[in-house]
Amino acid sequence: MPIDTATAAFSSPVIAERPPQAALRPEPPRPKHDAGRRQDWLFEHVTLFFALFVLLLLAGILIALAISAAPALQKFGPAFFFTNVWNPVKNEFGGLAPIYGTLMTSAIALVIGVPVSFGIALFLTEMCPPILKRPLGTAVELLAAIPSIIYGMWGLFIFAPLFGDYVQPLLTQTIGHVPIIGRLFQGAPNGIGILSAGVILSVMIIPFISSVMRDVFEIVPPVLKESAYGIGCTTWEVVRNVVLPYTKVGAIGGIMLGLGRALGETMAVTFVIGNAYRISPSLFEPGNSIASALANEFNEAADPVHRASLISLGLVLFLLTFIVLGFSRMLIAQLAKGEGRKT
Amino acid sequence: MATPIAEGRSSVLYHRRLFVNRFNLVMSLLAMSFGMIFLLWILFVLFQKGFQALSPAMFMQMTPPPGSAGGLLNAIYGSVVIVLVATLISTPIGILAGIYLAEYGRRGWVAPLTRFINDILLSAPSIVLGLFVYTVYVAQVGHFSGWAGSVALALIAIPVVVRTTENMLHLVPSSLREAAIALGAPMWKVILMVTLRAVRSGVITGVLLAVARMSGETAPLLFTALNNQFWSSDMNAPMANLPVVIFQYAMSPFDDWKTLAWGGALLITLTVLVINILARSVFRQNAAR
Repeated sequence: MPIDTATAAFSSPVIAERPPQAALRPEPPRPKHDAGRRQDWLFEHVTLFFALFVLLLLAGILIALAISAAPALQKFGPAFFFTNVWNPVKNEFGGLAPIYGTLMTSAIALVIGVPVSFGIALFLTEMCPPILKRPLGTAVELLAAIPSIIYGMWGLFIFAPLFGDYVQPLLTQTIGHVPIIGRLFQGAPNGIGILSAGVILSVMIIPFISSVMRDVFEIVPPVLKESAYGIGCTTWEVVRNVVLPYTKVGAIGGIMLGLGRALGETMAVTFVIGNAYRISPSLFEPGNSIASALANEFNEAADPVHRASLISLGLVLFLLTFIVLGFSRMLIAQLAKGEGRKT
Repeated sequence: MATPIAEGRSSVLYHRRLFVNRFNLVMSLLAMSFGMIFLLWILFVLFQKGFQALSPAMFMQMTPPPGSAGGLLNAIYGSVVIVLVATLISTPIGILAGIYLAEYGRRGWVAPLTRFINDILLSAPSIVLGLFVYTVYVAQVGHFSGWAGSVALALIAIPVVVRTTENMLHLVPSSLREAAIALGAPMWKVILMVTLRAVRSGVITGVLLAVARMSGETAPLLFTALNNQFWSSDMNAPMANLPVVIFQYAMSPFDDWKTLAWGGALLITLTVLVINILARSVFRQNAAR
């Protein structure tokens, strides 16, 4: 080992000459160094301040809304959430109808949006020719970039009339005759109502759900899929028995993310839901959602109790989306943790 | 050797599996077409109606009372100013918070919790953010204002900027940081002049995406900036802005207002889509380098 002996021979005198361990100890603080340390401390705490700002923003929203909602909640008590009265003249309010509308439109959006998003994710990960992958992926994401007010105008002027003329009569004639759920699809087909709002919402949440699903489908290790193909599985069987079980948690996280979006969507729903404080068995009837009630009425609400009632609805909406989105994030993070990397 | 019966059964099974496979793949193709049809349909309607409404007057006149000619000049101006101010508020806050999460947040509970909260705020209903700004700002000072609109939009943009800044900083290889530290640079200089600069275009992408998101938001402006039929450059007063004008005009029974609303809608969508595509190309350019 000539090299080793050479280095040893060369380095041993150097070590001997150097004061022992001096280089490893921190140098005595010099003025310039001190300034650098102070600046570092300052910079770290400035960034910490803004991180805490984001953290406290959420608490601030909850507290501010709760304080402003207090007059209504004190006056009506918990019954506010279970009664269906909305009478600004007599100053009596109960938020059941908008809460029902919010949940119902979001449920419809999920019923339509989830299978379609799954199909899109499946297409983009398993079927799509590589050249088309990026343009088609971008195109789906552009659906999310279109402002919601545009969905609203398109829904009101273009979609709702066609929906009322062609789709709703068709639904009444087919599903309308099924014993129990048929009740949902009867009534005047005027295009405006809970169902139309739900359908438009479904188009709006498709990009969110499908992009999460596509991302989680892509983290399935290729070797798992290849072994399934190797024993003769069809594409569908690979997806059904390998990809889905592996990514179940993340896919559900994506669905919850879409649900969170659907719950809080305002403008598109406001245009087509019909804005009526009603809970009717038919999905064709106009209704109201929390967000659309706020958008339509808040600026006209002169009475403090009316205003506080609307803010209480806003608080309910915020808590709902908070729970749903928190759940979604935890699921997606759980899958990513299993994967050993950060989202 | 399989018996004829077994062979027949396995061939039935085989064809069934093939059929299920084909059927599901066709359904997936249909799902993709479903999404594309809606995208093209919306864009087609928007372009058709919007271009009919587009005229020089739209950019040169104020919003009219019903029944007379007019444009959207004050609304366009208001939107640009409100979004600009919101960008100036949200960019530094978002970048600094993102720096904390990526660079200092390796230990302790602040960073994971903030990251979680930020992800929730990212998808929080924008109308609730508008409501929040109403209760803490508009209700306190007693009048709607352009400032309040900017603050509400900034609250929407901050989580977007935080998220992209953090994600981008995580992409910087540690060796780059270590090299700078080894040269004796203090941490803040390392972060601002080395790591942040390395991901500059990624951060710009985040800011652009935030601007795109803000430009189309209507709900938070309803209770904050409100609207103004006349020219106003006073940020401390109600201010006209495109989304709210579109909302008001589209819901009105007057045809000339509806036409203007379509024109405005085209303007907003084009802006948002162009910024989106710009942001993607800025990022891709950087990634290619």
